[in-house]
Amino acid sequence: MQDPKYWQVINTALHEEMERDETVTIAGEDVASVGGPFGASRGLLEKFGPQRVRDTPISELAMVGLGVGAAMAGMRPVIEIMFSDFLALSMDQLVNQAAKVSFMSQGRLKVPLTIRTLCGSGRTTSSQHVQSLEAWTSHVPGLKVVWPATPADAKGLLKSAIRDNNPVIVIESLSLWTERGPVPEGEHLVPIGKADIKRPGRDVTIVTAGGMVPRVLKAAEILSGDGIDAEVIDLRTLSPIDEETVLESLSRTHRIAVVHEAVKHYGFGAEIAAIVAEKGIYDLETPIKRIAAPWAPLASASSLAREYLPSVDKIVQGVKSIF
Amino acid sequence: MSKQSHNSLPSDRMLEMYESMLRIRRFEERAVRFVTEGKLGSTHASIGQEATAVGICEALEDGDQILSTHRGHGHCLAMGTRSDAFMAELLGKGTGTNGGVAGSMHLVDPDVGILGANAIVGGNIPMAIGAAYAAQCQGKGKVVVSFFGEGASSQGGCHEAMNIAGLWKLPIIFVCENNMYAEHTHVSVHVAIENVADRAAGYGFPGVVVDGNNVEEVFQAAQVAVERARAGDGPTLIECKTFRVRGHFEGDPEKYKNQEEQAAWEKKDPLAGLLKRLSSRDDIDRDKIAAIDKKIEAEIAEAARFADQSPVPDPDTALRHVYAE
Repeated sequence: MQDPKYWQVINTALHEEMERDETVTIAGEDVASVGGPFGASRGLLEKFGPQRVRDTPISELAMVGLGVGAAMAGMRPVIEIMFSDFLALSMDQLVNQAAKVSFMSQGRLKVPLTIRTLCGSGRTTSSQHVQSLEAWTSHVPGLKVVWPATPADAKGLLKSAIRDNNPVIVIESLSLWTERGPVPEGEHLVPIGKADIKRPGRDVTIVTAGGMVPRVLKAAEILSGDGIDAEVIDLRTLSPIDEETVLESLSRTHRIAVVHEAVKHYGFGAEIAAIVAEKGIYDLETPIKRIAAPWAPLASASSLAREYLPSVDKIVQGVKSIF
Repeated sequence: MSKQSHNSLPSDRMLEMYESMLRIRRFEERAVRFVTEGKLGSTHASIGQEATAVGICEALEDGDQILSTHRGHGHCLAMGTRSDAFMAELLGKGTGTNGGVAGSMHLVDPDVGILGANAIVGGNIPMAIGAAYAAQCQGKGKVVVSFFGEGASSQGGCHEAMNIAGLWKLPIIFVCENNMYAEHTHVSVHVAIENVADRAAGYGFPGVVVDGNNVEEVFQAAQVAVERARAGDGPTLIECKTFRVRGHFEGDPEKYKNQEEQAAWEKKDPLAGLLKRLSSRDDIDRDKIAAIDKKIEAEIAEAARFADQSPVPDPDTALRHVYAE
């Protein structure tokens, strides 16, 4: 049997969690009768009914608010925000409300809320459907942010997010949507806050996440042909970040590069660089390298997008520049 | 809505509402003194708006929930949060309702149905529909109240949330306390129509306007709305016309206010009005009123003493509960 696709395991995870816990509900644009704009919630309405699976108006602020309020009142809602660009419309509910409830109530209320959203480049959609805004939400205490890069992690992280007692933003990549990969049989959970070494190596640590992971793995193969054995760390969780895995890897490789498709300034690469500067600087043999998008929005034309994004070749060249 | 005779409310209910309104008035007067004494940075007093808080909350039952605003002391006290712990919360003390973390604007006390006051104007409205959706899923007939001001009615989230509430027939009551000022701006400058309640028609549920300074009238409108919500017939928007007799915050010079309007509303003080109506009833013993006055004076004096003398929070509190277990 073929391995399942990334989107199919998201669908499976939602089915399993709704089956397991009747307080899990789904709401979002086109999630019920259509089964999700990209198919992730197929079959949920038919199986779990209209009380738990709801199409909403195009109202991102109220959708996230709906999730926060329902979570405070005993449910485990999963809210789908079609593209992470649209999270901008709901920031009050995420940043001022969801993130603060546990703290301001001193633990008397919690917000077990999952926000699923798509991040990163995909389909010539220009500047408002392609942004990588993961650093925004990772900067807010009280929120957790995960970004699976494989079908196995997509399933395991989504299930962990739904069971977590905090607001968790689960970023999914449209560029990975139809990628296939092995998924362990039966109950499969991936812990939030734990990075994964997707490729072990001795000469350099490359830290990345989400849609860039397959590209970095390709670059690592090419580098290997050139005699550079790269270790690839997939962060999987952007907040809380797994410093330990990064620093431990660096202590063996003594070189580090970070790859993301968000713009370089203030991206998660800056956080990794700062962690290394504070806690691992004596392990470094060469400067830290950040390989990321330039300081501009992403254009529609595929030719322009190719220039803009970290390509396999740019990653290879970038890593070579610290040797 | 038709106005019932005030005498139709039983005397016990009237006295309960009087006690609750008096508690709010005395609590906030004491809080304002803490500001002048330099023990409280600032606060948003709801003095003169007690009838809306009490009239609405009096119509609720155990298990019902409210979400409140930055001017929410009244709502929280009307739901039954303890005045001593709340005063300590205002003063940033470890004995406060939320350990001094929430302060004046963010009280959370789920044991008495307070899912949170909120310092973002209009911020609670989208959350309130979530709580109401949970109530609908749980099927126990619980209702949710979202308090907000006429200023918040201009926020996009208010429109988004009311549309969903109307579509899904959620068990929620939207209570717009129209106190005529959004921060420092008069309602005539920021709301396009005379009655915010008229907007309910656009969401497919009833909107009613009541005299927000008449607690019986507010209570009766709330009872109708609560019954409708519990029956599964959906939301109601109740607009309570009232007036913010104090500034936006304590220390506000209030130079923007129309003095004639202020004076006219001061004559309609909700507590004085209720006291007058109580005194005119022959089934209410004057001694009972005096006993309530005495009880509240003592309660608030004790709350102030407790708050003032309580220790500041343990420093670790600043980093606790950022995440739930």
